Amino acid sequence: MRLSEVKRILKAQVATGEDRLDMEIMAGAGGDLMSDILRGPKEGVLLLSGLNNIQSVRTAVIAGASALILVRDKIPDDDMKDQARENGLPLLTTPFTMFTACGRLFSAGLRGVEKKRPE
Amino acid sequence: MAILTKSYPIKARDYLKAGEISMGVHGLLKKIGFATELIRRVSICAYEAEMNVVMHGGDGVMTIEIGEDYVNITIKDSGPGIEDVSLAMKEGFSTASEEARQMGFGAGMGLPNIKKNSDSLDVISAKGKGTEVRIGFVA
Ligand SMILES: Nc1ncnc2c1ncn2[C@@H]1O[C@H](COP(=O)(O)OP(=O)(O)OP(=O)(O)O)[C@@H](O)[C@H]1O
Ligand SMILES: [Mg+2]
Repeated sequence: MRLSEVKRILKAQVATGEDRLDMEIMAGAGGDLMSDILRGPKEGVLLLSGLNNIQSVRTAVIAGASALILVRDKIPDDDMKDQARENGLPLLTTPFTMFTACGRLFSAGLRGVEKKRPE
Repeated sequence: MAILTKSYPIKARDYLKAGEISMGVHGLLKKIGFATELIRRVSICAYEAEMNVVMHGGDGVMTIEIGEDYVNITIKDSGPGIEDVSLAMKEGFSTASEEARQMGFGAGMGLPNIKKNSDSLDVISAKGKGTEVRIGFVA
């Protein structure tokens, strides 16, 4: 799924990274606990977070995420936008809650990062 | 033999700056041209250790030593130290403050993450003696 498609599905606003919306998203992950996000491989993964602070941007960059979406209309400050821009991380905001945002993407075919699906 | 050694001061409880050093390390390794996987592992460990100093430790220093085929990171702080290191290494164990939790920390997963993403880890600490974390990677 392309990031532009994610944007459409989540009725998202682009805070930074408008020029990178054609990137391909491999999988999705969500969380508000930074060490939990850093636990599994997140290379090329779309990250959804309700945590509106600079650490969520840093965590996304360090985890190697492809893009970061802030849920529930959280508006990122200039620091966050600058840091995302400097690191080539598209930063978007969606009015949907975490649950709804994940559900919409899942319904559209995007999957999570589990290595093996439990029975 | 080390090709490059760099040291950076870390300020305790400075949540705005927290993570900047690890972002710098991330950029440095990228510039040198290490494999993406190694960069990810080193950056995660640096970030977790840096955040631990900010959250739990006292003012400290991170030193990164880069060799042809290895990367070593040492993080030393002058904080309260860790009373029981093996307990601190357990998944889910955390004494994070309310302030740290509001920033998205306190899952008790930082040290286990470092263990998982490194080739060697030594945590040298005692109550009242500060903390030294030595992390090694084979490139
Ligand atoms: N530099 C340090 N100085 C003092 N105590 C520390 C230090 N690093 C870790 N600790 C102790 O070890 C515990 C576990 O650390 P760990 O990084 O695994 O989890 P956390 O920092 O509490 O949460 P998370 O890393 O998931 O955000 C901490 O809660 C703290 O009690
Ligand atoms: Mg930690």
